[in-house]
Amino acid sequence: MDVVHVVKRPKRGTGAAASFKRHWQLYLLVLPPVLFFVIFKYYPMANAVLAFKDFNVIQGIWGSPWVGFKHFRLFFENPIFWSLLKNTILLSFYLLLAGFPIPILLALMVNEVRNTRFKRFVQLVTFAPYFISTVVMVSIIMLFLAPRLGFANVLLSSLGMDTINFLGEPGMFRSIYVWSDIWQTAGYSAVIYLAALAGIDPTLYEAAKVDGASRFQKILHVDLPGILPTITIILILNVGNVMALGFEKIYLLQNSLNISSSEVIATYVYSVGLLNANYSFATAVGLFNSLINMILLITVNSLAKRISNTSIW
Amino acid sequence: MASAVSVRPKQKIRESASDRIFMFFVYAILSIIIVLVLYPLVYILSSSISSPLAVTSGRVWLWPVDISFKGFATIFKTPQIMTGYANSLFYTAAGTMISVILTIMLAYPLSRKTFYGRSFILIMVTFTMLFSGGLIPTYLVVKELGMIDTRWALLIPNAIWVWQVIIARSFFQATIPNELIEAGELDGCSDWKFLTSVVLPLSKPIIAVLVLMYAVGQWNAYFDALIYLKSDKLYPLQIVLRSIIIQNNSNGVMDPSIQVERAQLAELLKYSLIVVATLPVLIIYPFVQRFFVQGMLVGSVKG
Repeated sequence: MDVVHVVKRPKRGTGAAASFKRHWQLYLLVLPPVLFFVIFKYYPMANAVLAFKDFNVIQGIWGSPWVGFKHFRLFFENPIFWSLLKNTILLSFYLLLAGFPIPILLALMVNEVRNTRFKRFVQLVTFAPYFISTVVMVSIIMLFLAPRLGFANVLLSSLGMDTINFLGEPGMFRSIYVWSDIWQTAGYSAVIYLAALAGIDPTLYEAAKVDGASRFQKILHVDLPGILPTITIILILNVGNVMALGFEKIYLLQNSLNISSSEVIATYVYSVGLLNANYSFATAVGLFNSLINMILLITVNSLAKRISNTSIW
Repeated sequence: MASAVSVRPKQKIRESASDRIFMFFVYAILSIIIVLVLYPLVYILSSSISSPLAVTSGRVWLWPVDISFKGFATIFKTPQIMTGYANSLFYTAAGTMISVILTIMLAYPLSRKTFYGRSFILIMVTFTMLFSGGLIPTYLVVKELGMIDTRWALLIPNAIWVWQVIIARSFFQATIPNELIEAGELDGCSDWKFLTSVVLPLSKPIIAVLVLMYAVGQWNAYFDALIYLKSDKLYPLQIVLRSIIIQNNSNGVMDPSIQVERAQLAELLKYSLIVVATLPVLIIYPFVQRFFVQGMLVGSVKG
């Protein structure tokens, strides 16, 4: 051991060249993943100039003529623009308002349970739907809400009520989407709050007990303030994703009857871009969406930083 | 936890009436939640092993009625579904391997303090969470690479998830002490040797997390297959499910000689398919749940 202490460290360079020489194996290791990001993330970003061109296959992306903001103008002037924006925002905010508090309430309740087995069982059960794929989730929704044979309608008619074509009603689309989402992800989202609750200083609980606080008061004055930073961060992430609604589930739930409330920006990009091969226009719409999303995330993050000193960067 | 347990007997005596009412509601609400979450799952499982007639006449409420395995028998006789199953197994195995290897190749160097340029690479990687070129530009890149309608399209373009890189990097930073790295360097151990003989054996928990998350993601994925694949023989199970359950295309699935029962069987088949597609994941899940929770928590610690 003594020898190790005596041996002088090899002289370290600090610059790029020295680091490269010493760690060439690490650089070699990092090369394929970096190439991955360049090819599949950054190259497409460069390809997004498509939005400012009239794409044709023969000339390719870079050879096609520039048209400036033509596609953006076409999109903003199209009457569908307002309905897409409205559908996207309404669905997102509904999801945020209903879906954000429920995992917090769930975690607070689970945290009160002292019976370890029951506690574990609740977590096991509520976490499970998270592993169901989107396709299966939508399949389950469709089977339960099917016009004639679905569980909901069998129940309605056995109670002597009229059956409802749930998925054909534009007015029900948002509720179906949001509540099935909560069913699927609330248990998963609660885990992060439970971890935060477990990290609260136990002396605070003892102090609350000495002060004669009831369980409810303890939740209000110890638990909630204790997990507030976590709540803020998750809220920032959720608000930042308001425009990035999951395309997959909406697309699968969509049909010609509910399309007036189920067509959002992401599904529109898919149908215009890939199904109708209108590449430039769809890229412009997608770019608009990405930009709004990025601006939202940055704004919310800096607001949170100013108000509560919590931020994600 | 230990203090909570030791406090319990005292608490029970002192618990006020209002606290007891409060706890009654907590238990009641949680029990209702358990029922709400479990009921659809049990209902589908029960339906899948009931007779076709019982399913279509709405006689299944909780437990199976006239137990029969016709739905499952049909699944195993349908080549389209079996091909999808085999494809999904392949995509899950191959995709998970590629993803985990690439993630570690990126996360490990990023965890090393002496790695010049790591903050640049980290920013470059995390920026892709904020902004993306979008669906069409990405599609065109995949097309340019000749990956459309090949198995590669499901394995490569989404191989690395940034979130997984962040989780793995925080893990390496927290578990591989600097002293160990310095000791390795003094002994003349190369970076590669250090990674394979010191870091990886110490990183089994994080490798488990990565494998599980990528595997579930790959097994459940359908969007990439939807946009990149055209041939039936390459379709993963999720696409087959979509066509049979959501788009109601059961033509060609069943033997025409059983025309009479066909409509009923088509309905039953949907339940059985859901079970077949979901059961593998849900059966393993209770045993590996702690890894998922671990993964989420490692990621939530700011690195």
